[in-house]
Amino acid sequence: MSSTVASTGTRHGTLGTSASRPDGVAKVQGGFAFSSDMWADNMLWGATLRSPHPYARITSIDVSGAYEIDGVSTVITAADVPGKLTYGLIMQDQPVFAAIGDTVRYSGEPVAAVAADHPETCQRALAAIKVIYEVLTPVTDPEDCISGVAEQIHPDGNIFRHQRIISGDTSIVGAIQVEGTYEIGMQDQAFLGLESALAVPDSGGHGLEMYVATQWLHEDRKQIADCLNMPEENIRLVLGGVGGAFGAREDISLQVHTALLAMKSGRPVRISYGREESFYGHVHRHPAKIWMKHHADTNGKIVKIEARMVFDGGAYCSTSPAVLVNGITHTQGPYKCENAIVDGWAVRTNNPPCGAMRGFGVVQACFAHESQMEKLAVAAGLSPVEIRLLNAMETGDRMITGQIMDSVAPVAQCIRETDAIPLPPPMSQDADLRTIPGGTGLTALPSNIKRGVGWGVSIKNLMYSEGFDDYSTARCRISEGVVTIKFATSEVGQGFTMLAQQIARTVLGVDDVFLDTIDTQVGSAGSTSASRQTWMSGGAVQAACRAALEQLFDHVATKNSMNRAELEIEGTDIVDRLTGQRVAVLAAIDGVDIDCTEEYHHPATEDMDENGQGNCHVAYAFVAHRAVVDVDLELGLVKVVQIATAQDVGRVLNPLSAMGQVEGGIAQGLGLAVMEEIIVKDGKVRNPSFTDYLLPTFLDAPTVEMVFIEEHEPKSPLGAKGIGEPPCISVTPAIANAIRQAVGRELPRVPIRPYDICL
Amino acid sequence: MPVLIPRNVDELVEVFQEHPQAKLLAGGTDYMVEVNLHGRKPETMISLRQVKELTEWSVRPSQSRITIGAAVPYADMEHGEIARLVPALAQAARTVGSPQIRAAGTLGGNLGTCSPAGDSLPVLAALGAMIHVIGPDGNRDIDFVDFMVGVKKNSLKPSEFVHSVSLPIIEGWQGYAKVGTRNAMVISTASACLVRDIDEGIVTIALGSVGPTIIRARDAEAWLTKSTSLRAGADLNPAVAQEFGRRVALESRPIDDHRSTADYRRHAVGVLAQRLLTRSFS
Repeated sequence: MSSTVASTGTRHGTLGTSASRPDGVAKVQGGFAFSSDMWADNMLWGATLRSPHPYARITSIDVSGAYEIDGVSTVITAADVPGKLTYGLIMQDQPVFAAIGDTVRYSGEPVAAVAADHPETCQRALAAIKVIYEVLTPVTDPEDCISGVAEQIHPDGNIFRHQRIISGDTSIVGAIQVEGTYEIGMQDQAFLGLESALAVPDSGGHGLEMYVATQWLHEDRKQIADCLNMPEENIRLVLGGVGGAFGAREDISLQVHTALLAMKSGRPVRISYGREESFYGHVHRHPAKIWMKHHADTNGKIVKIEARMVFDGGAYCSTSPAVLVNGITHTQGPYKCENAIVDGWAVRTNNPPCGAMRGFGVVQACFAHESQMEKLAVAAGLSPVEIRLLNAMETGDRMITGQIMDSVAPVAQCIRETDAIPLPPPMSQDADLRTIPGGTGLTALPSNIKRGVGWGVSIKNLMYSEGFDDYSTARCRISEGVVTIKFATSEVGQGFTMLAQQIARTVLGVDDVFLDTIDTQVGSAGSTSASRQTWMSGGAVQAACRAALEQLFDHVATKNSMNRAELEIEGTDIVDRLTGQRVAVLAAIDGVDIDCTEEYHHPATEDMDENGQGNCHVAYAFVAHRAVVDVDLELGLVKVVQIATAQDVGRVLNPLSAMGQVEGGIAQGLGLAVMEEIIVKDGKVRNPSFTDYLLPTFLDAPTVEMVFIEEHEPKSPLGAKGIGEPPCISVTPAIANAIRQAVGRELPRVPIRPYDICL
Repeated sequence: MPVLIPRNVDELVEVFQEHPQAKLLAGGTDYMVEVNLHGRKPETMISLRQVKELTEWSVRPSQSRITIGAAVPYADMEHGEIARLVPALAQAARTVGSPQIRAAGTLGGNLGTCSPAGDSLPVLAALGAMIHVIGPDGNRDIDFVDFMVGVKKNSLKPSEFVHSVSLPIIEGWQGYAKVGTRNAMVISTASACLVRDIDEGIVTIALGSVGPTIIRARDAEAWLTKSTSLRAGADLNPAVAQEFGRRVALESRPIDDHRSTADYRRHAVGVLAQRLLTRSFS
């Protein structure tokens, strides 16, 4: 791997250096406590009974058999929910448990839960609960919901959101027109640390402490409190060790069930899902069908885009309306275009519920627009690079939402820098067969393989949209000579705990920074999603540290008769610029007591109007990907050889961590391109295991050659843009375009399956 | 649940006779998944770990045969003497799961489960392996084609167990290839093992994951023998290889499932047959 990030020569551990992660050693050595490792004295185990049917009416539930089993403490159903019977991030339309007389709406929907002395006892108890279902015919085709022929499967209807974008001159007709209908399969976040929560009730039964692996502690607490009919302040949520998230921990899964079991039994309860249950327990990436038609002038300049997007949200709303808006507002990709007609639908079916996943609607849109760009290049007689440079968006451009691009927008630079990365050497005729398509299966010789090159470029919004104030809070205390930072930011593996220390070291000039427990004893940090925590919680930590620094300067100036207005941090000293007088920070903080809590809010955004017009997004980031693939044309097997990428990151805050995000995102995008898909037939998941839901292995991973484009973003508190999502977005179409080039077929669907290539 | 731990073959025969319902466990890479994830509840387990004889392998040069104990792990077949003598088995062993799985999984496990996707089974079929089994009535040798009788069905009698597998050491070429949607650690979508015996002038080919059992494409083999010389020094007309592939595909009996389609599997084994035959001449 190569990187343009050079050692900055600044103090190790501060911003810009590859500071080590506070959780790193423990994770490598196996000592890190993940949420599934938690334990409490007198703890019970919980388990969930789920519907085997995608759509069925519950006629009766008889739990008496479960209570007859020795060791079973508590059984709960919908009748045991003391508060709100439903939950959800945007609409509270998902029942805690499906109730008698009501319907289950997806295969795997919770019907009851048990707490018992052993996981095995729980399984026997679940088997002893008798549920009688009247099985109904599931609604599985989103088009049936749009046309209205499908039965209404929920009182809120079958349409989560219908949103149009009508922009500019819609009567324009391009000299060149290209179109296509593209499909994206249902991808799973497939985090390795499975869902787990431990709930500990207080002795009086009025409150609860919970340890949860989640992306947003405060939102979880709100939904739990509503369902428990308990004041939020009576619930303390502590972050359990999180092993990956990728969007799958934004929604409630086992939180309310665990809390209810603990409150009813009066004992600590832990629920931990296994891999199969995890496939049913969290939302997935929306499968989508997207039609797009690009109009361009004879030179290939885009003049209008028409599109229709249909996102299958599955049985419950989750974040479907927001995913849809992300999809349609990114129709144009990172290209100039003011004229558009876009029709977007997010619908309810009896398929598994879908919601947030890394890329959040933009993955789907990008696969469509980048497939279109390839067709447009051919039609205009241009190369993939030329067509993209010709249309590359710039700061100041008006987008199809009417919003003016006011982020740093180095789209052309991303493309040029990616193009400048050398291509890999041609495949050697004596290559190790494990490194060519087919891998260890030894299906091919180098002579059976054809190489292809393809491009993908993307734009991704950062932070929450449409008027949402997803602020973040941080607290900085200097006491007894120690700097302590507290926040409720979920550390899900992205490295925020490390970044918080880097910020504090940089601002305050200390080396040791202690991190307080991540819990709800401080204000909300918002969700660890939408590539937002570096910007938002980074901004909050910086603000809290700066506020503390101001007080420290007051103290130091008075105590040492220094010029207050001239003080600054230089390394680990406080320096008076006027006199050159220095005080070591460590000495200065001795005996002071400073406690500052600050919130960071991003600039406000707006709702869209009925024509999809409005300043709905906060900021944007860009990235280009070039994929080189080897394809066995006869067997349809693929090996991605190299991904070259240049990413607009604003500023690299931790080079090693940035590389990790880029490589990980590329692996996830590669998965969607060639292997990762939850296969759903008649509303049922056919492959809920890692035997059949395939994730890329090390042998599938390409060489990644990356360049970071560091043009500081003035709007961002640290000058940095979120970098988590962009790596996984345009790499998927880049790989698809490379395969298309090698194969000579349209291949309008991902994942591309072997038989799509060779039959 | 009792776990019985015999220390040698005689004790194994004895305890298995006393507990005919017991499950035999060597690596446990398949069966423990059934227990942990699919609710299988064995009443009694017999651990094979202490039965040293099952973990041994030996070569009888006079008979040109190699005998591999049922509990020899795949990791031991990937490299070294076994790999030199039976390279197709080494290639198949390398495709089994991850390094951790290969350190535990065994031929006996593949034979006990008898899945059509069992990675080693096409090799045993193509080489004409003899399965040496021991039971209450003594020893017997079963030809692999008579051993595997259906999807996850074998011809072991109650309290009979696989002791070892005996394979011929062939003068010529042998190779294994497996198609999966991932480049490692993947269940076979289609697989094939081809053995070309240059002394006898014959080719055998066995197919995995394209039928209820491992399929020997005997019609295609017979056609090939008639159509071209398979002895040392012979050349292969590419058209013959292509036709061989077509004929092999016709003998497969694949199904559609969530892993792939019947059409693709049929196509893939044809391509594998053509390629393996071509490789055997290069």
